[in-house]
Amino acid sequence: MIFPGSNCDYDTLYVLKEVLNQDAIFLWHKEHDLKNVDCVILPGGFSYGDYLRSGSIAAFSPLMQEVKDFALSGGLVLGICNGFQVLLELGLLPGAMLRNKNLKFLCQFVHLRVDNEATPFTNKAKKGQVLKIPIAHYDGNFFSPPDTIQEIMANNQIVLRYSDARGQLSEEANVNGSLESIAGLINSAGNIMGMMPHPERASEALLGSEDGRIIFESIIKGLG
Amino acid sequence: MIDRKILEEHNLTPDEYEKIVELIGKEPNITELGIFSLMWSEHCSYKSSKVHLKHLPVDGKNVIQGPGENAGIIDIGDGLAAVFKIESHNHPSFIEPYQGAATGVGGILRDIFTMGARPIVLQDSLRFGPLSSAKNKSVMEGVVSGISGYGNSIGIPTVGGDVYFNDCYSLNPLVNVFALGIVKKDRIFYAKAEGTGNPVLYVGAKTGRDGIHGATMASAEFGEDLEQKRPNVQVGDPFMEKLLLEACLEVTAKDLIVGIQDMGAAGLTCSTTEMASKSGTGIEIDLDRVPQREEGMTPYEMMLSESQERMLIVAKKDKVQEVREIFLKWDLDAVIIGQVTEGGRLKVSFEGKTVVDIPVKAVIDLCPVYEREIEVPSYLESATQLEPFPQPENFNQAFLKLLSSPTIAEKEWVRRQYDHMVQVNTAFSAGADASVIRIKDTNKALAVTLDGNSLYAYLDPETGGKIAVAEACRNLACVGARPIGVTNCLNFGNPEKPEIMWQFQETIKGIAQACRTFGIPVTGGNVSFYNDTEGISIYPTPVLGIVGMVDDMKQITGPAFKEGGDILILLGENKNELGASEYVKTIHQKEKGIPPQIDLEEEKRIQDFCLEIISLGLVESAHDVSEGGLACCLAESSFLSDKKTGLSVNLRDGIRSDAVLFGETQSRIVITSKNQNHQKILDLAENKQVKAAIIGKTGRDRIVISHGETKLIDIPVDEALKAWRNAIPEIFSIK
Repeated sequence: MIFPGSNCDYDTLYVLKEVLNQDAIFLWHKEHDLKNVDCVILPGGFSYGDYLRSGSIAAFSPLMQEVKDFALSGGLVLGICNGFQVLLELGLLPGAMLRNKNLKFLCQFVHLRVDNEATPFTNKAKKGQVLKIPIAHYDGNFFSPPDTIQEIMANNQIVLRYSDARGQLSEEANVNGSLESIAGLINSAGNIMGMMPHPERASEALLGSEDGRIIFESIIKGLG
Repeated sequence: MIDRKILEEHNLTPDEYEKIVELIGKEPNITELGIFSLMWSEHCSYKSSKVHLKHLPVDGKNVIQGPGENAGIIDIGDGLAAVFKIESHNHPSFIEPYQGAATGVGGILRDIFTMGARPIVLQDSLRFGPLSSAKNKSVMEGVVSGISGYGNSIGIPTVGGDVYFNDCYSLNPLVNVFALGIVKKDRIFYAKAEGTGNPVLYVGAKTGRDGIHGATMASAEFGEDLEQKRPNVQVGDPFMEKLLLEACLEVTAKDLIVGIQDMGAAGLTCSTTEMASKSGTGIEIDLDRVPQREEGMTPYEMMLSESQERMLIVAKKDKVQEVREIFLKWDLDAVIIGQVTEGGRLKVSFEGKTVVDIPVKAVIDLCPVYEREIEVPSYLESATQLEPFPQPENFNQAFLKLLSSPTIAEKEWVRRQYDHMVQVNTAFSAGADASVIRIKDTNKALAVTLDGNSLYAYLDPETGGKIAVAEACRNLACVGARPIGVTNCLNFGNPEKPEIMWQFQETIKGIAQACRTFGIPVTGGNVSFYNDTEGISIYPTPVLGIVGMVDDMKQITGPAFKEGGDILILLGENKNELGASEYVKTIHQKEKGIPPQIDLEEEKRIQDFCLEIISLGLVESAHDVSEGGLACCLAESSFLSDKKTGLSVNLRDGIRSDAVLFGETQSRIVITSKNQNHQKILDLAENKQVKAAIIGKTGRDRIVISHGETKLIDIPVDEALKAWRNAIPEIFSIK
């Protein structure tokens, strides 16, 4: 899906089509048609310049009504980076993003531990597996009120956590300061996921890692 | 009435004013005067540099567009071309670091996509004063945030560049921004205004009062009043530019327009006059139709505004509707404000009255050209004398101190604020000798590097110019790329000072010689004069942006050691050259001496050889020896390796030990090879008359370097790495 200001739209399409040989198309934010897709991906970028608040204006795009209906009826929706922020703004996922703890934009490879492998987005990973995937964001410091985070934990909704290369959690590995080191989160129904790291940037060896493919390959596997 | 005071405010001399009157056959009104003041400013007209710039080689068989357009263009095969340019945004970045740097990024990107190319690379060359000063720190923080804020949002990867620190930049930091885009060869657009009656469209952001006189400001020295110039700095909106980029590329993908030009420095004035001048036509526009952000703007303000994210398009008469629909899709203004005319005049109307009526030729082609006075600087004699100094008692300590000097220390603090991965093409960004960006749908990659050591240029500008080119090309050779084109940003002091003009002339001489030796054309660039504040000029700072081609992606080679037990080979030789080195500056607090000398032919042989052995698959890693000398070069290859592989090196050159370790002798590359390949490399080297010698081995977890029988450096990799890695973050950490 393309919002004005999306900038990982081409990257995601490229990986799906050229690297993974999937049938993928762009959806334009002003339209009202999901064109029968099996899965909607909200890409990274700076939708509407991230003015007002990251992802807040994109949540009101015309096509988002259809995306919301699709998601609430069980359709697969993945929000990457800015797409995650949009899902939070829509209320499809719980919580909110604060500015990174060092108050700077961060673009770097991080390690992620798969804490929940029983999702449509991680079914090809093993529990505890560590993935090397980059982040690139200003506002990725996940936060929620105490009762919400308790619910998230109780429902096993944390899918990916910032960790070190061996899968250990630490303040140092939690680069942006996220509550519970949350990097990827799923809704309780298990069909809507948001993640700050960019799997499309880690899908070719040339770019330093192929670990991101596991996210897309999981979706493909689930869809049969 | 135009009086002397008004002329001074417009940075025009009485002689220039007389010439204007003669050329247009009347006394100009204030708006017309404003137009001349912009277009005849040093920034827009190159009036002091033109006579020297013509010495640069600009031809080559792959050159599609040389200097004179928005950017240079080089044919890269597969029906594609690379469009690239570097530009300075020094003056605004000192007054208002965040916006100055941000709009620098915005401006250079428009230069690229106005030609129909999608930008795929940004790089920056930054120069700041020492970080011991709070002011310099805040300028650096602001500049880096500005670049990050703009580049990240618009989604073009900022892949490195360089950062140097020197006192001379305390009152005059440099922000040079490079951008490169890719275009299909048959879809290149130029700043043309052809076809009488074709409509002139204004697209993009609305016009406000920001940036009035920006180009004039960039063409004068700063005094104590510089804080008052803050309103002259434009404000950037990367989201608007992203929309403009997508809309323009959609328009240029189809046959809808005749020409397109961005409104950067000098805004509407520059775009209208340049487009008409290039086509020998005229343009008339009606300012009442210009989308405006503020009320009550005068014609003077509208013509001189440098509001960002705007473009001027000359559309085909019957395609206007289609063009407007594309801009509407992206929620952008696209308004017909005038048309192309015959007769070569710029006519501007406002509220039904003609407010500007002048010949375009007078504004563009007949601008005065100056052959400024030249004089050898008086500082040279004493500055090139380096008094004797002792060698360090403890080489380990000197080594650590050098690794943590900000010019040499790791710049990850800067790099990770830039999105250097978006567009999924980045094979290498900062850290490597050059950044490497793959070209999708081909087996090729482009390599890009920026380089320029101003202390060398200060002490010997001709050599400094040569080395800037040679080192940039050497960086390319290390990643496996051959140079294909050059853009340069020449940052100097006040050209009305004869000593500055001497520095300029000599630097160009050096750059021209080196470009001829390497057979690479200069396709454009930018001159930034008047980098003086309160009478102090910066060191002459040529920044060379050189683009290279990797023909086969498999050849991409990095600076990081691969495995322990690999053989370390030095191409080139160590000499007793310590003048102008980072070592002498950091350890002995002297910015003096004769900089390293360079034999361009030898340099070329070594680079060609490096490329050859890389293409034969004999090289595991390659890294160029530059600031900090051989010791820092070796250490960096260790720091960048996955396993932090150490090294053990023994050198036997009969020269001073500090020169062996830290001297900055040119034409040196350190490579590693597998044990079974090293003899092949040495044999080939002998054959090609390239000096090559085994100096040691990689392995273990210590950095050990001996000279003859003496162990000079013996230190754990981790300890050295800490000094290198933590230096800059510690300076910026909040205590």
